[in-house]
Amino acid sequence: MRKNLALVVVGFIFFLFPLVIRSDYYLHLLIIALMWVVIGSSWNLLAGYTGLVSFGHAIFFGTGAYTAGLFVTKLGISAWWGMMCGGIVSMAIGVIVGSICLRLRGPYFALATLAGGEIFRLLAINWEGLTEGMVGILIMQTFKSKAPYYYIALILAILCVYVSHLLMKTKWGYYLVSIREDQDAAESLGINTTLYKNVSLLISAFFTGTAGAFYMNYMAFIDPEVVFSLHYISIMAILVAIVGGVATILGPAFGAFAMVGVQEVFRSALFGAGPKWISQAHVLVFGLLVIFVIMFLARGIVGDWSKIKRSVFRIREST
Amino acid sequence: MALLEVKNLTKSFGGLKAVNNVSFHVEEGEVFGLIGPNGSGKTTIFNCINNYVPMTAGDILFKGKTIKGFKTYKICHLGIGRTFQVVKPLSRMTVLGNVIASAFCRVNTIKEAQDEAYQVLEFCGLLEQQDKPAKSLPIGGRKRLEIARALATRPELLLLDETAAGLNPTELDDAIELITKIGDRGITILIVEHIMKVIMTISDRIHAINFGQTIAEGTAHEVANNPAVIKAYLGEGYAQG
Repeated sequence: MRKNLALVVVGFIFFLFPLVIRSDYYLHLLIIALMWVVIGSSWNLLAGYTGLVSFGHAIFFGTGAYTAGLFVTKLGISAWWGMMCGGIVSMAIGVIVGSICLRLRGPYFALATLAGGEIFRLLAINWEGLTEGMVGILIMQTFKSKAPYYYIALILAILCVYVSHLLMKTKWGYYLVSIREDQDAAESLGINTTLYKNVSLLISAFFTGTAGAFYMNYMAFIDPEVVFSLHYISIMAILVAIVGGVATILGPAFGAFAMVGVQEVFRSALFGAGPKWISQAHVLVFGLLVIFVIMFLARGIVGDWSKIKRSVFRIREST
Repeated sequence: MALLEVKNLTKSFGGLKAVNNVSFHVEEGEVFGLIGPNGSGKTTIFNCINNYVPMTAGDILFKGKTIKGFKTYKICHLGIGRTFQVVKPLSRMTVLGNVIASAFCRVNTIKEAQDEAYQVLEFCGLLEQQDKPAKSLPIGGRKRLEIARALATRPELLLLDETAAGLNPTELDDAIELITKIGDRGITILIVEHIMKVIMTISDRIHAINFGQTIAEGTAHEVANNPAVIKAYLGEGYAQG
């Protein structure tokens, strides 16, 4: 009950944010963080709960983004329709990716998705007739204010986390975790592992694709090196989930805010206060952060919350 | 009609015939033992029955209908549950979670699956361990968990693969009691076992194999006195005496 109340309060604070904070800059950061909540949570569903570690979530993000973009440039329809369809097109791509990659297990699946991500990136660069290649796609933003984007991102993030939460309490959730723990045992317990691995992949692809389509709408410009990027999308999705806590419902949400925060602090060179070279160092800091998390908080911020609380408490006691 | 009929089952791994032309049938309600020295192909027969590995030749009938080539999960849905010799607990799930996951084989809501799981855990004597992660159980508990999970899928035929291996004498008696109890519930059991105390006590009929081939079949007493069986286990010299 107390937990529910806390969630309502947090939700309310998030709802009020754009009314209180008038700065476009901070709103932008929140929008990006909320988008990462969606991507991190959907990555977590596939990798954290089903045990299929994907290094290729940029496939779905980019597909969603390009779906929205091409709706405008090729079909002349609003990119918001593209946002409705981005997730569905990503699912269709997910069927193809799944039919190939899901035959593999463990690290081999990860490597196959890694290769898949690169294939899509190269495809988007070279298929200029469709994607305009490296020129990218530029559309008009619908809203001048950032507040509408903020609310859309917020709804999307809440929906994604809530769907994961509901899913993990049902038959499907138990099946996904069983597959993660031991695929052979799961199969002999009457679980159609092929079907449920695909289910997990498709749900994950849907939300990541929707996030991608949202990104197109919000940023109004995409190019293959950004939306199909291994570094900025696929790896970032993994970091968000690892830092926040793999296989926890709220982990990726915390991870998203932490990572976007850290990224921004360093990208802006300590908000302009530090020397310029710091802005070049954010990749290095990501690396150090991941090493720190793996060594001391192996289950992430949420997974090891009790550990964090205990150590903070002890420090306070000793001083 | 036999519940399970194995007809001329053959399984080759490359040039090695792990199971060669083995036939037997299990009647409804009986406890059927499968014995043989190490590497004689017992587990391979199990793996062929639930298509964990595909058979090379032969046929397997369940309730008179072939299940050859069926997917492993499908075979479970038809009513054949199995345990693994090398236990495969869903380690990071709780004991209860393990059983709930398999109870979903027959029910759809979490409530029903939980009820089913509690019943099975109580039946198997694991109720007190329900909240522990499966990986924290000692080997005896893990073997029990294997049985509990298989039971939660409501099988008509239960394949037990060396459930008594590695248990201490007290656990062994408990295991025998549990298997007898399962048999009393009307579930047909096909059991592979090395420990003679177990197999001799509970089996109605025994099928003995060696090097993948049938060497004897009959009641426990008949098989124990069969010269071919004695030869396979103890060597040529003992078979005459």
